[in-house]
Amino acid sequence: MKPETEKYTDVPTQEMLISMGPQHPATHGVLRLVIKADGEIITYADVDVGNLHRCEERVGQNLKYPQFVPYTDRLDYLSGMNNNLGFCLSVEKLLGVEAPERAQYIRTIMVELNRIASHLVAFGTYSLDIGAWTPLLYAFREREWIVKLFEQVCGARMTFNYMKIGGVREDLPTGWIADCRRFLDEQERRWPEYNRILSNNQIFIKRTANVATVSAEDALAFGWTGPCLRASGVDFDLRRDFPYLVYDKLDFDVCTGEGLKGTVGDCWDRYWVRMLEILQSVRIVRQCLDNLPDGDIVTKEVKKNIKPPAGEAYVRTENPKGEVGYYVVSDGSAIPWRVRIRAPSFNNLSLIPKILPGLMIADVVAFIGSLDIVLGEVDR
Amino acid sequence: MESLIEFFKGSEFLSDPGIGWMQEMAFLPHVLAYAVVFAAVFGVFGVFAMFAIWMERKVSAHMQSRIGPMRTGGWHGWAQSLADGIKLFVKEDIRPGAANAVLWVVAPALVFCAAIAGFVALPISQGWVVNDLNLGVFYIVAIASIEVVGVIMAGWSSNNKWSLLGAIREGAQVVSYEIPAAMTLMVPILMVGSFSLTDIVNAQQGSWFIWQSPWLFIAAVVYFVSSIAGCKRAPFDMPEAESELVAGFHTEYSGLRFAFFFMEEYASVFIVSGVFATCFLGGWNLPFVDLDFASSGWMVFVGALICMAKIMFMVFMQMWLRWTLPRLRVDQVMSMGYKYLTPFAFLCVVGAAVYEYAGWNWIPGV
Repeated sequence: MKPETEKYTDVPTQEMLISMGPQHPATHGVLRLVIKADGEIITYADVDVGNLHRCEERVGQNLKYPQFVPYTDRLDYLSGMNNNLGFCLSVEKLLGVEAPERAQYIRTIMVELNRIASHLVAFGTYSLDIGAWTPLLYAFREREWIVKLFEQVCGARMTFNYMKIGGVREDLPTGWIADCRRFLDEQERRWPEYNRILSNNQIFIKRTANVATVSAEDALAFGWTGPCLRASGVDFDLRRDFPYLVYDKLDFDVCTGEGLKGTVGDCWDRYWVRMLEILQSVRIVRQCLDNLPDGDIVTKEVKKNIKPPAGEAYVRTENPKGEVGYYVVSDGSAIPWRVRIRAPSFNNLSLIPKILPGLMIADVVAFIGSLDIVLGEVDR
Repeated sequence: MESLIEFFKGSEFLSDPGIGWMQEMAFLPHVLAYAVVFAAVFGVFGVFAMFAIWMERKVSAHMQSRIGPMRTGGWHGWAQSLADGIKLFVKEDIRPGAANAVLWVVAPALVFCAAIAGFVALPISQGWVVNDLNLGVFYIVAIASIEVVGVIMAGWSSNNKWSLLGAIREGAQVVSYEIPAAMTLMVPILMVGSFSLTDIVNAQQGSWFIWQSPWLFIAAVVYFVSSIAGCKRAPFDMPEAESELVAGFHTEYSGLRFAFFFMEEYASVFIVSGVFATCFLGGWNLPFVDLDFASSGWMVFVGALICMAKIMFMVFMQMWLRWTLPRLRVDQVMSMGYKYLTPFAFLCVVGAAVYEYAGWNWIPGV
């Protein structure tokens, strides 16, 4: 008789096929991850995007150039100003015009304020993913200031449609600059609070440091851009290296990950780069407010009926999520022949099948939160 | 309890010759006494649960720079929990089609009953206890571990992989943290020489256990952390991690069935806070004053107020931690339980046993 123990040497254990679903609290939108997990450890992961596909690029082939600007708000809906800017710059390049000086400064202010707002959402929702409910409310308390400032300028809290081809739509109302300065002071005052409650919290560090480390080679190979790339140690920022708007006249630091709590390129670094960028954006907005010139807000060279000459233009801008590229092809008519949008979140997701195997399910949430993706951008 | 039985035995209502057939049933006073006591316990627990839910919402709101419920019922939304309870009662009973019918229905009941059963041995004041079991602490720890079975039933029978993950995590976590919880409770038991919670409280007249010796202090801290893990509350709420598992093991439950799980969580919170207050914070004793709590009805009532104040403070501590700290990953939870808390728990027990045996004292005369 064989001893009892011999029967159980080859107990078959099954891998679970889990669909982290389109409906899931932690996937930052309708993202579907197909995961095979052996208990808690993941053995295979794949991304299934497309649940938010709204054919925006195809819509761009139906509408006139100014009519497409509101659609750009809906791409990365947390950084509407940045997306507006990218498209407007691209069409301006096709037309060969430049926005006036005042418009450029205002655009920079709006874009940087939106960067702060987007990074605040990233911070708040990341804390929610890790299980701390309170920092979200702190982040949204500051974001409410920004959103109110935007509402005063253009009437909308999230989908701004503020940038016009050739400038901006409205000038700053009276008292806006003073309000903005008050917000900047408040943001600087509140920034250390975030560190006390989350960044230096031992549990948060245990959950995010040394988790899902992405090396600089991997990040570059998979087309990562933005804070995620900088967190892996690559010192590259479009605002400094390929300046647009008035960035060449401004003084700011580019923040890279240094592995302060773990290794360079782990989740904590990606989170920390965003926190530092909030402070840098405050600095930039202060400089712009100090040097704001008077003048027009829209260039007079842009006619009402925009018909760029036949050609193509590709403009890259540094969005809060990464590098956004707008490739606009014109055939001489009032309607673009092709609008192609290079979305950073889509490329940032591409590393998931490589990084996830070997992590635990809780780490999946930590990793995706650190990527700061927005499905509106991924799926367009 | 005994006094209630005597009261019913001697009452006119039961000795009235007009109701002859009632006198034949000698168990009637007992039944009536138990009915009154259970009604009282469920009443107190119901009020406590509603109050605790309201308190949680207010406490969390103020920590998050908001204000919480303000409108339901007028003053600071005090009726919010009542409104939520009524809503849960009248909700449609949705059952997953592929769920195991019997297990799915029984799971919330099992979990709730196991949690409520702990109230039997928890004293609120001198004599105010359903049944002063001489195995009080042991009973509470043992019966609270039955809820693990209920949770695993809920996770498995829901036919939902996320629920299953939550249930598996819960099984591992709660069972592992019972070890440090039970071992640290051995320390006050060693000091007193009895499992009965009333005896433990009476031994703390004039001086609470928590500052009497380092063994007791470390035991108190370890027990507090382990009991939070046993209640599946943040930072140990992996089993019901909302941002990962939707709602963990109780994802597929709605309405009254979900209310059972929800009330079970608050029942556990109350019981472990009650055990902490009685074992380490002196129960109904005030710190440096020797009061005789059995002297009159009023003193007993004052003792109950003191005990409840301590319990509510511990409940507040649990809520404070919940809204401040992120959640630990399940392997970090397990490593913390086995590698850090359990060794400290054993250290406390051995240290306290050695000191008891040798008759040494940290504070002279205590």
